[in-house]
Amino acid sequence: MEWIRCFFVGGVLCVIAQILIDKTKLTPARILVSYVIAGVVLTGLGIYSPLVEFAGCGATVPLTGFGYSLAMGVKSAIDTKGFIGILTGGLTATAGGIASAIIFSLIFSLLAKGKPENL
Amino acid sequence: MSRSVITFQKNISLLSTATAVGGFEGSGPLNSTFDLVCEDSKFGMDTWEKAESEMVRQASEAALKKGKLSSHDLDLIFAGDLSNQCAASSFGFKETNVPYIGLYGACSTFALSLGMGALAIEAGLGEHVMCAASSHYSSAERQYRFPLEYGCQRTPTAQTTVTGCGCAILEENEANKIRITQFLPGIIEDFEINDAANMGAAMAPACASTLSRYFSLTDTLPEQFDMILTGDLGMEGHKILKELLYSQGIDIRSNAYDCGNMIYDFKKQSVNSGGSGCGCSATVFCGTIVDRFRKGELSDILLIGTGALLSASSVLQNETIPGIAHLVRIQKEK
Repeated sequence: MEWIRCFFVGGVLCVIAQILIDKTKLTPARILVSYVIAGVVLTGLGIYSPLVEFAGCGATVPLTGFGYSLAMGVKSAIDTKGFIGILTGGLTATAGGIASAIIFSLIFSLLAKGKPENL
Repeated sequence: MSRSVITFQKNISLLSTATAVGGFEGSGPLNSTFDLVCEDSKFGMDTWEKAESEMVRQASEAALKKGKLSSHDLDLIFAGDLSNQCAASSFGFKETNVPYIGLYGACSTFALSLGMGALAIEAGLGEHVMCAASSHYSSAERQYRFPLEYGCQRTPTAQTTVTGCGCAILEENEANKIRITQFLPGIIEDFEINDAANMGAAMAPACASTLSRYFSLTDTLPEQFDMILTGDLGMEGHKILKELLYSQGIDIRSNAYDCGNMIYDFKKQSVNSGGSGCGCSATVFCGTIVDRFRKGELSDILLIGTGALLSASSVLQNETIPGIAHLVRIQKEK
């Protein structure tokens, strides 16, 4: 059952993004950034944490989940370190994700060559 | 005299044309009309920008060979492309030792180069003039949108930049019957479109303006021409063009074609709204259109190159996209 909830929620988040690509003039970059911000805002409003409990990876894997990590990181940093946590919390919580994005991108750029998707 | 259609008095004819294209174009409906096809679009180079310059070089050599000339015989080159500072053309032609005039008209560059080349011969500036334009899908994506590695999706109205270079050599020759007979330079028109993913809509008004100016200045009717061939309005833009002209009482629906709609197979190759880029009209004209002139299937066409005059920065600053359309008339004397 958990897997079905995960699949459904992740799918809905992706469908929303696809609709935005097909029906609006928003560029992919803007959509991705909006998703991160939406995750931060929804976490701040207390809506996203219950969704994470309900759907697990279906809520944490899409980019809204990155916003969730940022917001949760800021919350716990403020709790332990005071106001400086506003600045340090987000990056600390997402450090693993950011570092792996950089390291794996570098590795794959050395192993593979880009080519147009139509060839 | 000003702002009229330039009608050439000399017999400015097409000595030879040549085309070099990438793999995607080479697997499209016009594949038998291209001289050189590079399957992986790399032309033996290790970057996309270098590939485009090499493609330009190869196409120009092919045009010279077909015309039985060497670069010593050329008096002038008019060329341009989509890359920043037209680097692809500069690097492509740097070994030729021929006086070089770089042009920018976005996707209208090929029609513009034919018009300028013809003007040069009319003015007595040369006997053999080369006109060329090119574009490359991968370098255009990096420059205008994102590098290929970013892997982003493209919208349904976006067009596919053609990887191709079309090269034509013009000469004054009474014996050669396929001629550039008229040139009408376009006026920049801005209809406040600012969606860079729908450039056909941005260019259609400029195209309509050039065509309606042409018909009224020359007192001709659309039906007189075998083809009214636009560069790369794509599906959307071409529809808008026909509607705009129809609302002005000009009906081009029966003989209007668009290079962007001809170069790819809409069913088998997923190309969203069709082809675009300088290379689009250049390779379609220099390949299939000139072939059809030679076979006697065409004798009088209007080629209207259409360009969207945006830059990578103007889009980011939310500027609108001005358009331009340059017209050349190509006729074959009976």
